[in-house]
Amino acid sequence: MLLINCPFCGSRPEIEFTYGGQAHLTRAAQPAELDDAAWTDYLYVRANVKGVHAERWRHARGCGRFFNALRDTTTDHFLCVYKTGEARPDIAAVAPGTAP
Amino acid sequence: MRRQAFSALALIRRGLCGHLGWQAQWRKAAPKASYDAVIVGGGGHGLGAAYYLAKEHGLTNIAVLEKGWIGGGNTGRNTTIIRSNYLFKESAALYDHSVKLWEGLSQALNYNVMFSPRGVMMLAHTVHDIQVFKRHVHANRCSGVDNEWLEPEQAKEFCPPLNIGSDIRYPVLGAALQRRGGTARHDAVAWGYARGADALGVDIVENCEVTGIQRDARGAVMALETSRGLIRTPKVGVSAAGNTSVVLGLAGVRLPLESYPLQALVSEPVKPIFPCVVMSNTIHAYISQSDKGELVIGAGTDAYTSYTQRGALHVNSHTLDAICELFPTFRRMRMMRNWGGIVDVTPDRSPIIAKTPVKGLYVNCGWGTGGFKATPGSAHVFAWTIAHDEPHPINAPFTIERFRDGYLIDEAAAAAVAH
Repeated sequence: MLLINCPFCGSRPEIEFTYGGQAHLTRAAQPAELDDAAWTDYLYVRANVKGVHAERWRHARGCGRFFNALRDTTTDHFLCVYKTGEARPDIAAVAPGTAP
Repeated sequence: MRRQAFSALALIRRGLCGHLGWQAQWRKAAPKASYDAVIVGGGGHGLGAAYYLAKEHGLTNIAVLEKGWIGGGNTGRNTTIIRSNYLFKESAALYDHSVKLWEGLSQALNYNVMFSPRGVMMLAHTVHDIQVFKRHVHANRCSGVDNEWLEPEQAKEFCPPLNIGSDIRYPVLGAALQRRGGTARHDAVAWGYARGADALGVDIVENCEVTGIQRDARGAVMALETSRGLIRTPKVGVSAAGNTSVVLGLAGVRLPLESYPLQALVSEPVKPIFPCVVMSNTIHAYISQSDKGELVIGAGTDAYTSYTQRGALHVNSHTLDAICELFPTFRRMRMMRNWGGIVDVTPDRSPIIAKTPVKGLYVNCGWGTGGFKATPGSAHVFAWTIAHDEPHPINAPFTIERFRDGYLIDEAAAAAVAH
């Protein structure tokens, strides 16, 4: 079981959290103006990164808040957590020596 | 290359000679500089595709590249359940194509894949389950796929260890039974296809990871860069399960896939006690007994995407809670091993067996939590797709473009575990 560091509550076991999928997906302000390829991309296509993945978690059985994390999907090691709305941190800064 | 045929007579003859003189089942091939087609991924689906390419389409100058050892990925990590009771006619056609091939596979390959159609029973625990399963039963029968509804007492009769008491958290309210469903020996499927393909001249290259896909001026596939050198080929079929996004990413193709860990476990071996396969989507458990006597138990996927081939203990624990309620006789059984595989899941829980936007590049992926059952059928239509450069009628609906065009084949409710 993962230990996940909620930025509001601190380190808690994984069962308190729900996974929110890939982070930083932005819904277009005017979806009707997107072409089919772009809309398909937004709805269905995901990075599915083998390596450092920016993703959303929600502390559903705690404070209830969403936040973002960088996790290495080859080790499940969390590199850092950050608040929703913040830019994705630079990997070199949070985990020196990690391949991007 | 001619292979020794397996038969009862051959077994007796070799047995009397101390089992000396058995040949290796396939060659350890080194990659050649070029092939007519290359399959990336040496699991059941990839080896099967190579076998059918050679057997039915006459393409024998081909290779299967496997980054580890054959059958070491999800082919060796699943719970070997075979069934075809999917809701939509597109899926029923695809999975039933597979079941029909399973039925004759040991004979066709001259290799015992131990296909055992012992019946797959899916339990209903809620009113919603009853309605959904009865809909499945009716839909399947319209598609010519066997599936029948059982009341709890009939389910108990079919599977005596089942607890149909009303005092458990999710009592059994009925079940859908596919009698033609069952199990097969997972390793034997990989080995049987490898042996069959090798005998037809296919090179099976292990420890060979694809690191790049080279394309010509028109954008078509030209060569593969691998950990064992450059291999020229005009056709590449990718059958890489959880790593499909990574391999197709080498050609700049992005897919609607996410890779999740899926775990399974086996108990210590016991005498025959469990006559069929039982699945419960609602409370996340599926179970059968292997011929070695181990109870083979499947758990759900972990919550997050990962490539680690392992998952968390609470996911297994959740499944074992359900098993202990449904089969109280197993409460003191000890679990012997558990493991994880990485499954590539599509948004509609149906696979993609299709051409890609890159000429000469084909993909067979998105099998999610239920790819083993489809191995022969999937391999068969994938080989057709590669040989003809167009899909077989059975896999024609399973394109990448269905997500763009809105023709989803939404089998989320029929998948092995609740998502």
